[in-house]
Amino acid sequence: MTPSFSLALTGSGGAGVMTAGQLLLDAAALAGRYGLMARSFGPQIRGGEAAALLRLARRPVECPDDDYDLLVALDWGNIERFADELPLAAGAVIIADPGQGGVPEVIATQAGRIHEIAISQLARDIPGGRPNMVALGIAAALADVPGGAVETRVRQALARHGDESVAAAIACLAAGRAAALEVTGHGDPPSAAPSEDTVDAGAPGPHLDRWVLNGNEATGFGALAAGVRFCAAYPITPATEILEWLAGRLPRVGGRLVQAEDELASINMCIGASFGGVPALTATAGPGLSLMIESLGLAVAAEVPLVVANVMRGGPSTGIPTKSEQTDLNIAVYGLHGEAPHVVVAPTGVGDCAPTAAWAVSLAETLQTPVILLSDQALGQTRTIVDPPGGELARAGRRRYVARHDDSTETYRRYAMTADGISPMSCPGLPGGQYTADGLTHTEHGIPSTRAEDHVGQLDKRRRKLEEYDYGPLWGDLHGAGDIAVITWGSATQPVREACQRAEACGLAVRLVALRLLSPVPASELEAALGGVRACLVVEHNHSGQLYRHLRAWTELPHPTLAWHRPGPLPLRPGEILGALQGLHAQLEAAA
Amino acid sequence: MSAAAVLKPKDYKSATRPVWCPGCGDFGVLNALTKALAGLGLAPEQVAVISGIGCSSRLPAYTSVYGFHGVHGRALPVATGLAVARPELTVIATGGDGDGFSIGGNHFLHACRRNANLTYLIMDNAVYGMTKGQASPTSAPDWAGSKLTPNGPGIAAFRPLEIALSAGAGFIARGFSGDPNGLARQLAEAISYPGFAFLQVLSPCITYRPEQMEYKALVSAGFEPLADRNEAFRRLLTDDGFTTGVLFRAPVAAPAPADARQAAGDEAAALDALAREFTAARLRGDGGYEP
Repeated sequence: MTPSFSLALTGSGGAGVMTAGQLLLDAAALAGRYGLMARSFGPQIRGGEAAALLRLARRPVECPDDDYDLLVALDWGNIERFADELPLAAGAVIIADPGQGGVPEVIATQAGRIHEIAISQLARDIPGGRPNMVALGIAAALADVPGGAVETRVRQALARHGDESVAAAIACLAAGRAAALEVTGHGDPPSAAPSEDTVDAGAPGPHLDRWVLNGNEATGFGALAAGVRFCAAYPITPATEILEWLAGRLPRVGGRLVQAEDELASINMCIGASFGGVPALTATAGPGLSLMIESLGLAVAAEVPLVVANVMRGGPSTGIPTKSEQTDLNIAVYGLHGEAPHVVVAPTGVGDCAPTAAWAVSLAETLQTPVILLSDQALGQTRTIVDPPGGELARAGRRRYVARHDDSTETYRRYAMTADGISPMSCPGLPGGQYTADGLTHTEHGIPSTRAEDHVGQLDKRRRKLEEYDYGPLWGDLHGAGDIAVITWGSATQPVREACQRAEACGLAVRLVALRLLSPVPASELEAALGGVRACLVVEHNHSGQLYRHLRAWTELPHPTLAWHRPGPLPLRPGEILGALQGLHAQLEAAA
Repeated sequence: MSAAAVLKPKDYKSATRPVWCPGCGDFGVLNALTKALAGLGLAPEQVAVISGIGCSSRLPAYTSVYGFHGVHGRALPVATGLAVARPELTVIATGGDGDGFSIGGNHFLHACRRNANLTYLIMDNAVYGMTKGQASPTSAPDWAGSKLTPNGPGIAAFRPLEIALSAGAGFIARGFSGDPNGLARQLAEAISYPGFAFLQVLSPCITYRPEQMEYKALVSAGFEPLADRNEAFRRLLTDDGFTTGVLFRAPVAAPAPADARQAAGDEAAALDALAREFTAARLRGDGGYEP
């Protein structure tokens, strides 16, 4: 189990709760903590109510806990909209500003201890003071984040606003801290964890090498490290940060980004750049992926490497753009018309986004195929403190260019039959390598054909290159050796991992299999990983059990295998998965 | 083929036989294109012809340069991606009026605005030929030759030159497939233009629009290159759709997409610096970071 402390800062748009939350997370990182911060908004994306949802711990954590230990409310706004997302722990501390009216029923009826602090008034008493900085002081005190670390972070963040702003903020922090300790009883922070292993604020140490970032930034970095030098971008929540991150960084490594007029254009611009030999990526979410699907089929048929990072959100249609759901596996794997095998991968956590993005680029370049990377809102937009990736992100997979065949009188055979299904590749600029890439069924030379031999030959070749490739150990992450297994993918991996740890602590050994490679299904590796397992649970964050059905189609699963899944918008929590595991175990015991 | 040798137009043709009907205007466009490429002395491997779907979109495979035959309506985005990623190449997007103005119409507007360095060659026959004769965006509202719209499409015809002018294209011309030499000169000028160059070619479909055999009598070389966009609009007020020539050529090309690329230095060092931007160390106040 991971002892940790979870807190929520809420307020209406513009109150600055996101800034306060981010500064607190950053300060925790400086103090050697791990942690994460999710941002919760209403469906409107801009304006309205907002909540910064944090979890801090001394061991790595990459998912929200079951409930919150602390709620600091700058105001109450439309708190009802968030109530579902803010389950409070027994004995949780609720800090309410009496100047904002009474505590709403949805909060008051939960099992928390309400303490009043006049947050706005404290801020008003300090020239230039701001309520969110008072709230930060309160939250830091009660979450046991060292005041020195918070001050260090605030000084750095506000330096460009001048000394007066910094001084006002520091005074607010102190006022908030004092008030928090006073109302809750001095020196009695609700955090159960002692602070002896906390690092001095900002003192040098290996913890300063940890990354503080969200999955979207990490995805952009992984792609860049693996060689992506072109991006065509059309903004869409919750994927835009990948594009914005790349816009600022691609030029620094000689790459380019173009803002496209729509997703039909962005995917085709990537196809054009990649046809030109420049590794390309675009990022989108469900509605954009739907628009890109026809052209992804073209990339399959014409064998153009590229990566689409699809950051999933609640669907169908516009759905809930700001909430996470693992809802696009079906379209990513099966959405293309005709038979168009390609690769689908998913990172298993924020910390895994960079390595998996790099792997996606490597697979695309090596296998001459589009790769869809399925991230989601929870991974993409949760700012998380993670250990930097240990492995090599650099360009593992590169294209093998062959400009001219041995017999130079022959026209270029771009789609030549090969044993491994991977054909020689050319690119504009290489003399003797001219060919026409085509979405029509074609011969080995790329010339349109309706002959059965060409059609079946090319279908076979494109399937063969994916099926015969050795994907290596990255196909999945394995933990534990119990005879009950949990299979999961993507952002569900982290709450599952924690549920498994808790089960272990209760004496129930569980084997975790988190798939990074979703298509083609690594059937033999999966079957080997499940050897000796007597029951299995497939956990995912969607309404219909998409991974469960996908695996049932491609491999034998142990009997019994239960599907456990539910849709968003609420995040998957370790406790409910633990409950499902215990239920499965009880069933097995009853049957035995 | 060696780039050093002097290439003839036929060297830019492939051995693949066109699917086009006998008498199709697109043969003339293919001839004009290979003449233009030979005239410019471009090495075939430095040229890419990009198309979508339709009769005319089959053109890339009939050349010996690099080709890309993509999906319906998306020739311009593919060409834009290639031109931006590989600015040293000569990129030509091509296709028909349905591909470019209907399903791909949005890309046409934005390609005019974006001004990437590429040529857009539209073979306009005012009909969907590949699907056997339906009204296209440039068909007259009362053209009743299709079973799909037996009373005519009933909507105003798309006016490519006006729209290109409005959307900001820097080079706008109209040519005729029946005049391969004149068309080759126009194409060479369009290809040499340092920005987005749009060339509408009247290219008859005598299978589904046999009346277009009369085009030869209707076209007249009347456009003289104008440098003022307002004057070009005025000139179009008296255009019957059959005037050929370069209508507009912006004296100074509109700004091309900004190129923020930095000189390729040490890539590994650049990536290390980017990774450092993620570290907790950057959140400290001392500003320094010693790994």
